[in-house]
Amino acid sequence: MDATASPSPLLDIRDLHASFRGPKGYSEAVRGVDLTLEAGKVLGIVGESGSGKSVTMMALLQLLPATSRITGSARFKGRELIGMPHEDIRRIRGKQIGVVFQDPLTAFNPVITIGEQIAEAIELHDSSISHRAALSEAEHLLDMVAIPQPGSRIRQYAHEFSGGMRQRAMIAMAIANRPALLIADEPTTALDVTVQAQILDLMQELRETLGIGLVLITHDLGVVAGSADEIAVMYGGRIVERGTADDLFRERRHPYTRGLLDAIPKMVDMPESLTPIEGTPPSIWARPTGCSFHPRCRFATERCRHEDPMLRMVGATYSACHHAEDLPAIAGPASAASQTREFTETGL
Amino acid sequence: MTEQILPVLRVDGIVKEFPVKGKAIFGKSVEAVQAVSGVSFSVDPGETFGLVGESGCGKSTLGRCIVHLIKPTEGQVQLAGEDIIGVTGRKMQDVRRNLQIVFQDPLASLHPRMRIHQILAEGMRLAHLPRQQVKERVRELIELVQLPADVADHFPHELSGGQRQRVGIARAVSLNPQVIVLDEPVSALDVSIQAGVLNLLKRLQEELGIAYVFIAHDLGVVRYISHRIAVMYLGRIVEIASTKDLFANPQHPYTLALLSAIPLADPAAERNRNRIVLQGDLPSPLNPPSGCRFRSRCWKAQDICSTRTPALREISSGQRVACHFPSAETPAT
Repeated sequence: MDATASPSPLLDIRDLHASFRGPKGYSEAVRGVDLTLEAGKVLGIVGESGSGKSVTMMALLQLLPATSRITGSARFKGRELIGMPHEDIRRIRGKQIGVVFQDPLTAFNPVITIGEQIAEAIELHDSSISHRAALSEAEHLLDMVAIPQPGSRIRQYAHEFSGGMRQRAMIAMAIANRPALLIADEPTTALDVTVQAQILDLMQELRETLGIGLVLITHDLGVVAGSADEIAVMYGGRIVERGTADDLFRERRHPYTRGLLDAIPKMVDMPESLTPIEGTPPSIWARPTGCSFHPRCRFATERCRHEDPMLRMVGATYSACHHAEDLPAIAGPASAASQTREFTETGL
Repeated sequence: MTEQILPVLRVDGIVKEFPVKGKAIFGKSVEAVQAVSGVSFSVDPGETFGLVGESGCGKSTLGRCIVHLIKPTEGQVQLAGEDIIGVTGRKMQDVRRNLQIVFQDPLASLHPRMRIHQILAEGMRLAHLPRQQVKERVRELIELVQLPADVADHFPHELSGGQRQRVGIARAVSLNPQVIVLDEPVSALDVSIQAGVLNLLKRLQEELGIAYVFIAHDLGVVRYISHRIAVMYLGRIVEIASTKDLFANPQHPYTLALLSAIPLADPAAERNRNRIVLQGDLPSPLNPPSGCRFRSRCWKAQDICSTRTPALREISSGQRVACHFPSAETPAT
């Protein structure tokens, strides 16, 4: 209530809805998402294909097709992004909010050098800068993201970069105007694990040195476990569980969070068989009644089939499950945490 | 009475070169790039042999050489004791029956205009099995891979990714092969779906005794399914060990780096671990480092590493490593 006492969060999303037009009218891909992110913190958004995790972020940047419908509120530094005129959002996008996409090869223009593209991003938001100064800033940025020989690299094209280096260049471009917020959509999915480790390290470093708030969108709970302060798990266009990284991994108050963790092959004490989640994620055109997860849920009851659960505080996390209170009791204690700890003790 | 088990698949000194035209970075002209540089291993009946490595390490090229989709430049592959490289005609048909492959992208590897039952029957049709028997076997296969019976009349695009991969697997087992090469069979699937396909592969192996060569980049997945694992780097195997030894006691610096790069789904463990972050990028296979190919990114590298190629040598029972300074001999600093 008292806005002056605590500074307003960097990003404050309230009841965000996004729908797309299909053959039978509009269908909702994002159905009422609430999220907040403080400056200098990392928010992980986790979910499988079609869960609405990318659409949520693209909606507030106005990067969705013109036929989509977006309602709700998303305040960035107190300014409302939803419904903002195009001229204004364009001044925020790429300036105060940087974006990193999954596939850096398609995100770069193949016939313009990397240096020119980064320089362009700088000049677009600063009309007073000379082209030479912008190019030398581009070189400095490549150096910041640890690309060797930045002086000659700025004259190269995207195809001359390796996958990991391309992603570094993409990050360099996203932070070119020192944004307050960086949105990274599956930034490491196309990369090998050793390269992924390099990129995650780099993003952590940038957050610390530049104080950037980071939204990390991924399908891999492992990627956010070590780097996110807070995690939101999405399913069927909704947040089904949200909490600090530690609380969420410990409590797992939603069967989907548990399912995801049980389906990942572990590094220590692998069980004899993995537990898959039966069935497939729902399409936005044919969403089940009640809780969207109920057709795949082991704990579903009659109530789940009719009544869509709201996100509410249970234990230490927010969970959207009718059975969140007794889930740890009926599903057994979370066991993976102690297993992986053993793995780290061996020095890895 | 102790009969020694003969390996069902033996891969011996496989080298695969692809011709390259033009000039390399420093003006030196090159004729060929070696994707695979002398790889040997054997697989026992009913065993899963995991091949891991990052993009460009040659693991898929090796898989394709094994099933003879591409001809290796050098080396031999033996299936149940018989050489298969260079085999043609009728004999090759017999080899194909016993040596199958499943690809990463099931949508690209299933014919888009054929119905599922036609796709499953094709191998058996080419093997001249009686029609009635084929029909029955198709029904059996669909049940075996736990698909609903009505998928038989559908087209591949009508199925989900997980279902399509099950069709790919059913097709591979249709002729009761002895060996299946699985090239990244689950990496295109969501995690919740992936677990089901992995469980299916395990069960099929137990029931049918098929040996798998399982190619993947995800060490967690490989660990779950494999009995033994080989780690590849730039066309060579750098370490081979039983799954248990490889994870409990990794010896090659690259294996260590690879293991430590896997993100763990546990916040406390992630924060406390000492991650080895490799510097730089994979060197170009056009111009690999002399001696040990990993030396340009290795924190243990000494002079000897650039002059002598380390041989793959046994350091304990069943564990072989190609490194001058494996962990067992110099404690990591």
